[in-house]
Amino acid sequence: MALVKYNNNSISAVTSAASIPSGAMTHIKTLTASDSSSLRFVHGSADVDFSSYPIYVFKFYNIHGSTDGEYTFGFQGSIDAGSNYNVAITSTMIQSYHGESDSGGALIYYTGGDQAQGTSVQLLNAGGTGGDNDQSCSGELWLFNPSSDTFVKHFMAVTNISQDNDNSNNCYTAGYFNTTSDIDAMSFEPGRVSVSTVFQTGTIKMYGIKDS
Amino acid sequence: MSIVKLSNNGVKNATAFGSITGLGSMIFIKKLTASSSSTLSFVHGSGGVDFSTYKEYLFTFNNIHHQTINKYFSFNVSIDGGSNYNVAKTSTHFRAYHYESGSSATVEYVGGDDLAQGTGIQHIGQDIGINNDDSTSGYLHLFNPSGTVGVKHFIARTSNCVSTPTAQDAFTAGYINSTSAVDAVQFSVSSGNIDAGDICLYGIA
Repeated sequence: MALVKYNNNSISAVTSAASIPSGAMTHIKTLTASDSSSLRFVHGSADVDFSSYPIYVFKFYNIHGSTDGEYTFGFQGSIDAGSNYNVAITSTMIQSYHGESDSGGALIYYTGGDQAQGTSVQLLNAGGTGGDNDQSCSGELWLFNPSSDTFVKHFMAVTNISQDNDNSNNCYTAGYFNTTSDIDAMSFEPGRVSVSTVFQTGTIKMYGIKDS
Repeated sequence: MSIVKLSNNGVKNATAFGSITGLGSMIFIKKLTASSSSTLSFVHGSGGVDFSTYKEYLFTFNNIHHQTINKYFSFNVSIDGGSNYNVAKTSTHFRAYHYESGSSATVEYVGGDDLAQGTGIQHIGQDIGINNDDSTSGYLHLFNPSGTVGVKHFIARTSNCVSTPTAQDAFTAGYINSTSAVDAVQFSVSSGNIDAGDICLYGIA
């Protein structure tokens, strides 16, 4: 019997394949910095969707700024589709750090990185990220149930940076957007700037986690 | 020549598509939704739950809302199919918190929430508020529960609305000190029900 071989076009109508397990973590959008003042994910724009999944994960890869020590990587949310990024946040930040020269080596609470109902950019790093060509920030941010109209919106993040003073700095940030309105946009931007700073390079990927 | 197109039914028995054998390494297994529930239990062999296929399991918590103020979101495990949830655990617990008023903020080890071979519930979120918008969200990793040689490690992190009101970031880790297979995991509150919220179970392939 001759073997019937199918090509991509012949299986174009197939959306599932029985026993093949489907992944629960779905890629939604990738943004790549190129001298960018911010990187923004807005619901309804360019396939971004903040309402279909109960949990979203943003992953940061080698976010590199233009100015040594003058910026930290941060974010804010919007409840008006990106017109304003100024939602009240209460948050915590702890950091551990250790120098390339074996200096430091500590775990502390960092009051410079928390907020008490603040509407500023929420820092994801304590201390300034280094601007040397090989220095950057990587990590991830979990955002829970942003489309809820009942609960505050929890977030939890972990990052590591190669700091301007040549420390490895590991930060854990968590808290909540204190609103029952839905979060429909997220902006990632420099969180502390004394001079003009942009993200020269780096990638942020957005994923949705299924619950069915 | 007309093309023969396949439908979903036409490939229903397929277990691989050429070099494609799966569409991701994080596999959804089960969701439980609280509705004034005293416990939420994932039991191997029940309702599609399987604790033997993967080396790592991930539970996610989404907006766990308590009935009773200032109680502890917790879990325990079973090695007898859910008949008893009382396996010895040794663990650590630390947290960072910050009041909405800005009046207090710190990171601290919490001796009251760790266990030293304790068989009771393991706290993973403390003093949760019960305002309508208060809840706990987070995750718990459980490593190799079906192993029969070593202990079973777990790592949890939760973001909590504490009643004060306060943002709390809680870190819990430890091991289930048993070489028997863990075949059920149960979530509860230290007192009162889980009014609402979802817990999902995933396997990490």
